[in-house]
Amino acid sequence: MGQDIKVIVFKLGEEEYGIEVDKVQTIERILPITRVPKTFAFVKGVINLRGVVIPVIDLRGRFGLPEAEFTEQSRIIIVAAEELEVGFIVDSANDVIDLNTDIIDSPPEVVGGIKAKYLDGVARISEERLLIMLNLSEVLNRNEIIQLESLEG
Amino acid sequence: MDMNQYLSMFIDESNDHLQSLNEKMLELEDNPEDISIVQVIFRSAHTLKGMAATMGFEDLASLTHQMENVLDLVRNDKLKMQDFIFDTLFKGLDALQSMVQDITQGGEGKEDVTSIVANLQAIVRGENPLASAPAAASTVKANTGENPLQLDEFQYSVLEQSITEGHQVLFIDVAIRDDCQLKAVRAYMVFDLLERFGEVVKSHPTVQDIEQEKFDRSFSLYYITQKDASELESMIMNVSEIGSAKVIVLDVESLKQISQSGASETAAAVETPAAPAAPAAAPSAPTGSGVPAPKTAQAADAPVRKAAAAPSRTIRVDIDRLDVLMNLFSELLIDRVRLEQLAGEIKRTELTETVEHMSRVSTDLQNIVLKLRMVPVDTVFNRFPRMVRDLAKSLNKKIDLVILGAETELDRTVIDEIGDPLVHLLRNAVDHGVETTADRAAAGKPETGTIQLRAFHSGNHVFIEIEDDGYGVNREKVAAKAVKNGVVSSEEASSLTDDEVAQLLFAPGFSTAEVISDISGRGVGLDVVKTKIESLGGTVLITSKWGQGTKFSVQLPLTLSIISAMLIKLGSEKYAIPLSSIVETGMIKRSQIRSLHGYTMVPYRDAHIPLLSLANIFDVADFDETAEEETEIVVIRKGDRLAALTVEEFIGQNEIVIKNLGKYLPSIPGVAGATILGDGQVALIIDPNTFIK
Repeated sequence: MGQDIKVIVFKLGEEEYGIEVDKVQTIERILPITRVPKTFAFVKGVINLRGVVIPVIDLRGRFGLPEAEFTEQSRIIIVAAEELEVGFIVDSANDVIDLNTDIIDSPPEVVGGIKAKYLDGVARISEERLLIMLNLSEVLNRNEIIQLESLEG
Repeated sequence: MDMNQYLSMFIDESNDHLQSLNEKMLELEDNPEDISIVQVIFRSAHTLKGMAATMGFEDLASLTHQMENVLDLVRNDKLKMQDFIFDTLFKGLDALQSMVQDITQGGEGKEDVTSIVANLQAIVRGENPLASAPAAASTVKANTGENPLQLDEFQYSVLEQSITEGHQVLFIDVAIRDDCQLKAVRAYMVFDLLERFGEVVKSHPTVQDIEQEKFDRSFSLYYITQKDASELESMIMNVSEIGSAKVIVLDVESLKQISQSGASETAAAVETPAAPAAPAAAPSAPTGSGVPAPKTAQAADAPVRKAAAAPSRTIRVDIDRLDVLMNLFSELLIDRVRLEQLAGEIKRTELTETVEHMSRVSTDLQNIVLKLRMVPVDTVFNRFPRMVRDLAKSLNKKIDLVILGAETELDRTVIDEIGDPLVHLLRNAVDHGVETTADRAAAGKPETGTIQLRAFHSGNHVFIEIEDDGYGVNREKVAAKAVKNGVVSSEEASSLTDDEVAQLLFAPGFSTAEVISDISGRGVGLDVVKTKIESLGGTVLITSKWGQGTKFSVQLPLTLSIISAMLIKLGSEKYAIPLSSIVETGMIKRSQIRSLHGYTMVPYRDAHIPLLSLANIFDVADFDETAEEETEIVVIRKGDRLAALTVEEFIGQNEIVIKNLGKYLPSIPGVAGATILGDGQVALIIDPNTFIK
């Protein structure tokens, strides 16, 4: 019998993703973003979150999805993991659900073109509804990004 | 009474007093004749004693008391300051310091100070062989020290001044009848009466003790008034159950006599109550010492205030609370901007005016909030003169410590951390940097070595430099040692510059004791210093000239610090350039820009300096200065090299708080951090140092 966990659900395109609620500090509407030059393309810049400067990442860019315009639904999810505080820009975030870890399957080889290593697994909520669980430490892994960049550069 | 709630205050204040005692003692050592310094020391010691006694730290109080006795002789010209007295007093200070340390760590502040106390007492008795001359004088003094109505310098000068200003100064001696039931009440009535017509400068026993009935039948006091003496006398006598009241009008001469010799006519009145008056002071202290209890000092404070140096009026605040305050404030500012917008849309005069006023107030508030965290670096520096003195003395060297830029302000968090590394570097400079007197003479240098300790802001950093004029780093020996310890290969060693060789001292391999004697001594655990400074995000460099001295240059970031910056605009983006790197701002015409050897240059003064496009460096999309006929430039400096940056527009000068970009972003070339502008927007802070190679 697995544990019950609370998960924040957000959307990128048509897909639904989940982050465990205790990794999430807050969810904000889009705030003014200051561009930071000379950094990764998916780093949109920095925001002022109640006096603290926090970098924000376009999660679409991070996963290699085409960029999208911000809408009324767009949100910045502030996550904190391993001393890193980062904001994720997502298309929408409006649900919190309870999950049992039992229904999370290990990630399939390929999910919608997104590298499987960023995923912790897939939760099957219902027949039609799949929730992709994010592996935060991989998403935030900077070493990997730096290697990628140097390969491309 | 529960003393715990006062404990932290006591510790803070004790440390302050010890600090100032240390400083003033050093000052006095340079000017042993300056009695005014002794006065300051005495007052500080006195306050410390009072505080310690109140808190029940009796060892602390009694040691301070013994030191006070010595100082008392000195300030009354009964004893000349000499080397051994300084040493004994310094030892006493050290003991006090470790007691306070013990209390800080939850101890009782107990320490065996018998030998120091014995020495101090010997000095008071004039028993030190070196002090045979003032011995007689000090014996006399010891007697007068018993006079409880001894005035301290303050009170004396107040009284004296009052007399010369035409006020009446009275010495009043009141005895209460033996059969009186509530003598404290009677005494209170007398005081009450007196305070209606003038000022009681000092009383014996103290007001406090009298209130607690800690006196026998009589009390005496110094009093300033305009009332006629005989009228007062009869008024006092009108209080029931008063046995006698003696009022003596004092002039400058009699004041001097009475205050210094312990007026014979007061002796009778004073003898008996002396013993019960003492419990506030330390038990081991001679009863009825010449020292007013804390309360009296306060009572005397009112008329004295003008004469006294302004006491520092500060409170201590937990730094976390300041952080919370600052963050709350940023939120307020965001709302302010929103309000301003709304007011602009609604266009109601009253609303607009109110919002404008609120904006002004909040701007002022912001400035104050930001400054609260800044502490001048002298809170760290001020403990060094004493340390250098002691070290130099024990090594038999002559060293001048010159401190510059002690007013440089640093964030409190940085201040708390840099003390230890600096102690290390200073010790190193004293121990191994500066030569012995003989060596200096042989090298044709002045006998006294100089160590300069400097602090200053530059760019987004604070620099702290420790420079001595001693041996310098011996290249051959350091290199040889480095090769031997496997820090570098011998080929590498020979290709290094002198300064690079000096940096080798920071390698872990050098922190062994034998190295110290081998090479000119540099290298006692310097790797620890380096590690510590780097953990603060700083760097440390050595520059050295063999035979001329060594300079340690510590560069520390101003995390969370405030700097003055020029805000500039590039298209839709705003950036901040630290004012400290800006030489000047100006305008240039396109036609002035030259291309020299493939570099873009502009004339500046008599030379040409490189011109850099900030918009290009930062890939700014919506600004291109090539379209402009005239363009604004900022001339920046790194060391003695200059360069010009093109910007679109100057917004203005501002005080900004430096914030880091968070751990996620790697260090970005040209960006030193970020700041939050008044409108809540984040602006990046430019690090111009990286533009000049």
